[in-house]
Amino acid sequence: MKISVIITLKKDVLDPQGKVIHQTLDGMGFNDLNEVRQGKYFEIDTKENDPKKAKDKVEEMCKKLLANLVIENYKIIDVQ
Amino acid sequence: MKSSVITFPGSNCDRDMDVALKKFGFKNKMVWHDDTELPKSDLVVLPGGFSYGDYLRCGSMASKSKIMKSVINFATSGGMVMGICNGFQILVETGLVPGVLLRNKYLEFICKNVFVKINNKHNTYFKDIENDVLEFHIAHNEGNYFCTNDQLKEIEDNEQVAINYCDKEGSIQEKFNPNGSIKNIAGIFNKKKNVLGMMPHPERMIDPALSGEDGSLFFNNLINNLK
Repeated sequence: MKISVIITLKKDVLDPQGKVIHQTLDGMGFNDLNEVRQGKYFEIDTKENDPKKAKDKVEEMCKKLLANLVIENYKIIDVQ
Repeated sequence: MKSSVITFPGSNCDRDMDVALKKFGFKNKMVWHDDTELPKSDLVVLPGGFSYGDYLRCGSMASKSKIMKSVINFATSGGMVMGICNGFQILVETGLVPGVLLRNKYLEFICKNVFVKINNKHNTYFKDIENDVLEFHIAHNEGNYFCTNDQLKEIEDNEQVAINYCDKEGSIQEKFNPNGSIKNIAGIFNKKKNVLGMMPHPERMIDPALSGEDGSLFFNNLINNLK
């Protein structure tokens, strides 16, 4: 079973990399952007076949390692 | 006094720390991250470097390594644990000290001498130290200290700020903040003040032939306070 997770920075956390990407895009002519925020994406392939159990396990992984909840949010976006 | 320096894959200030600790009288042991037992220690140091190549988030992998269980137990039972630079990043990832260290505000790796003001001397690390301002060295890409407003209030209420970036005279202003840290915070304690995490490297300032001796003041004072 494959599970996809995205990790994003919380709204109030400064994202200097996102800012530079925004500026670069702006310089390339994409000048109608309000903001760019950079995040992380994980694909986790697990032996667990029960979607509920697999999702719970991945949620635990997010809380314990994949995300730092002081600054980041996680979202499980796909289970297949 | 006995000390232990933990070496993680990618640590690179572990031997400098070993030299510094021994110079000021510690009997130091190097401890591998995959060990489970911590030798009997009066001080445990998590050194600087790039543990696990800074993958995922700086310090996140190292914070889950085998030896860290013993280090966390040692710290929560009152043992002295000091994390320098990457060691500080590891400490925040364990939750032993609050907050996180983000990418530097201007996206530059910063490598230079800075001045820091000691904010709190009511602890074993800085008690009786003569100077209020110390010159230390910093070298980091992720030293931008951040915490939530609630955490900041708690940190300030409990006097957990250890040192702030400042100028030579000890004036703490935004223009002396190298990396964007909240309130120029360069180092922070846990509530009990037995755990200290800081970005600057005192072990790089122990020899006048290199860059200075304010690190010597720090280590001399520390070992005297531990005796």
